[in-house]
Amino acid sequence: MSETTLPGAGTDFYQRSVAGTDEGEQQLRPRSELSAKELMREIGSVLRMSEADAAKLGDLPDDPDEDQTMIINMGPQHPSTHGVLRLMLELQGETVLRCKPIIGYLHTGMEKTGEHLTYAQGGTNVTRMDYLSPIANELAFAMATEKLLGIDGDIPERAVWIRMLMAEMSRMASHLLFMATNGMDLGAVSMMIYGWREREEVLRFFQEVTGLRMNHNYIRPGGVAADLPAGWRDGVLEILDMLPDRLDEYDTLMTGQPIWRERLQGVGVITPQEAVALGATGPILRSTGVEWDLRRDQPYMHYDEMEFDVIVGSYGDAFDRYAIRLAEIRESMRIVRQILDRMPAGDYRIQDKKVTPPPRARIDESMEALIHHFKIFTEGFKVPEGEAYVGIEGPRGEIGCYIVSDGSATPYRMHMREPSFVNIQCLPHMMRGGLVADAVAVISSVDPVLGGVDR
Amino acid sequence: MSDPQDVRHVARDEYLATVKALADEGYAMCIDLTAVDYLELPQRQLPEGAEPAQRFEVVVNLLDLGNRRRLRLRVQVPEDDATLPTLFDVHPGTEAMEREVFDMFGIEFSDHPDLTRILMPEDWVGHPLRKDYEIGRIPVQFKGADA
Amino acid sequence: MGIVNDVLDDGLGGLSHNVITGKLEDLVNWSRSRSSWPASFGLACCAIEMMATGGAHYDISRFGMEVFRASPRQADIMIVAGRVSQKMAPVLRQVYDQMMEPKWVISMGVCASSGGMFNNYAIVQGVDQIVPIDVYAPGCPPTPETLIHAIETLHGLIETNQILKRREATGAGANVHVEYIEPGSAPTPVLLGAKK
Repeated sequence: MSETTLPGAGTDFYQRSVAGTDEGEQQLRPRSELSAKELMREIGSVLRMSEADAAKLGDLPDDPDEDQTMIINMGPQHPSTHGVLRLMLELQGETVLRCKPIIGYLHTGMEKTGEHLTYAQGGTNVTRMDYLSPIANELAFAMATEKLLGIDGDIPERAVWIRMLMAEMSRMASHLLFMATNGMDLGAVSMMIYGWREREEVLRFFQEVTGLRMNHNYIRPGGVAADLPAGWRDGVLEILDMLPDRLDEYDTLMTGQPIWRERLQGVGVITPQEAVALGATGPILRSTGVEWDLRRDQPYMHYDEMEFDVIVGSYGDAFDRYAIRLAEIRESMRIVRQILDRMPAGDYRIQDKKVTPPPRARIDESMEALIHHFKIFTEGFKVPEGEAYVGIEGPRGEIGCYIVSDGSATPYRMHMREPSFVNIQCLPHMMRGGLVADAVAVISSVDPVLGGVDR
Repeated sequence: MSDPQDVRHVARDEYLATVKALADEGYAMCIDLTAVDYLELPQRQLPEGAEPAQRFEVVVNLLDLGNRRRLRLRVQVPEDDATLPTLFDVHPGTEAMEREVFDMFGIEFSDHPDLTRILMPEDWVGHPLRKDYEIGRIPVQFKGADA
Repeated sequence: MGIVNDVLDDGLGGLSHNVITGKLEDLVNWSRSRSSWPASFGLACCAIEMMATGGAHYDISRFGMEVFRASPRQADIMIVAGRVSQKMAPVLRQVYDQMMEPKWVISMGVCASSGGMFNNYAIVQGVDQIVPIDVYAPGCPPTPETLIHAIETLHGLIETNQILKRREATGAGANVHVEYIEPGSAPTPVLLGAKK
């Protein structure tokens, strides 16, 4: 290790980096020091019992001796965690007793950065939180900004329908990625190739429409950044024609297959009470039997006019979550077909000069357009004082954006309620009593995206 | 400009009781718990009957699944005594959210089972989302610009 | 590669001799560059594009790199894909130290190269503060074409063995910057496996 010749070798930063990690207060305390309180913290939703009952917890071999358990660290760099998630597992043999997720390895200070970016730039920041479905983050942020501006009823119809189209395509891309990573984590390595093959088609559509494959900053306050290009219908129809056969292939490869079922059924079970108590939303909540989908229950945009089913599981296990997401791809395709039929003509963004930049050609003609363009892109448009929260249904659950505005061009406080941050809390409950090999299956079925967890 | 019908201002000493009562009423899920540092907006207007404005405000977002309604609670937290009772006993899902608020703002939640930093490293000093904490930019030289 | 041209022109009859002489070092470098295994260090959005590069459309398997080794002991190239936060920096260094020589580092994306759009307290402003970097690939995220360009540049440098010599002397990496390649500017991949 040639540490003496590395640039910055003598600096304090280098010494801290080389010195290694230390758990500090995150250390999972050994069983001898276990109090009922710590048990309750790790098995939180069983909390409605008294402390004495929680300490007993009869479904596990009671009170193994300390030297029979082992505390193992999994991550943060590990092929089977979805990003840099670190888990401290307490094992007795192969059985997981307690589990503590340690996060923060991808903390980017996005909420602080959001306070220094204007509302038009905010999309670039927010879109990198849940980077698997970037459109959903941008949508939540744009809708919250529009609520504060008071224009949320005035967004042109075409813009709303385009947003719905992009949101559903983003959901499809995210669930296809889930298929790929879930398959690979459980050993069906070829799923990785198949899932990505399908996802590439959706990404190619995104590239045609938004210019980028990921992290688009396409949905902006006031509408969308650019109109759909000519020939977009063909692109969408190509995807819709190709996908059903491929999804049937996945069914053949995975859903009916005994090995897949053995690995996923009964693994990572969570009860509806636990899920609601922990704040889990999205496929996790629906897999327990609770029918909650914001697109149907608190509809936004034109989801109340769309015909689609809300897929609900019954056992709350990993297989249900897998099946729900596979079915949700089909439901998204159904919604996209309806959008294709009903896409209206019109403006793709609101014509409010204070919010939307003028078309580029007008800048040469009109002084006023030039000034508006300049002001919007350098200073940003000002948003009236107030606070607003908007929650939408992202692929992982409810993505919410809470913005507090002080009347200036940058948000005073921008907070994103990310579903993965809350869903990670379900991991200890799902892993208790299971095998270590199922830990990977459980994490994969929760489908966390660490960019959203850590922000 | 916020939605007047679903925001409620709660006093700090009634906070836990209110949340418990709401949970019994049907607001079974706590969607979000976050905080705002109003250091730079001391003159902000709160509705009549609400507590006087303090530096920190903790915002709790509750969801009633049965009746499909949301409620937002806002609690004022003073700077010199930045503590609040924990909601962990009512909504276990607030455990990570309260840890994040503690990490980012320094607001302590009494009786929280594990109030430690969650996003920043263990030995970090300071609370990043406070308004008096610098964003930490380093000067950047752009290509082609004069140094 | 005169022998290759001879065979291409005349077939096996073009081989005038069946003994090749050369330097062992050349052979070793040739094989190192064509079979370098990446250590999986995907952190954020760039990791998704890195996985896409491993997928069927872009296929880094043709460069010998499709096996992302989980264990750093078995890996040659560390592709730092994504933003490195303060908490992750010591972990990054530990993984780098665990890799066996010879090892190279590609900094993928602007967040790894310079902190990217996140010029704040939470992100290390450039992974070159922690490990010596050989190739910087720009983009947010870099398209798979850009990543392949960076990888191929690195492979070219590996073949000449200059990087390792320089690192022994100065401890620094090669510090090569590649250009960003627009998505779709390379020949468009066909719809694979279409079943009608």
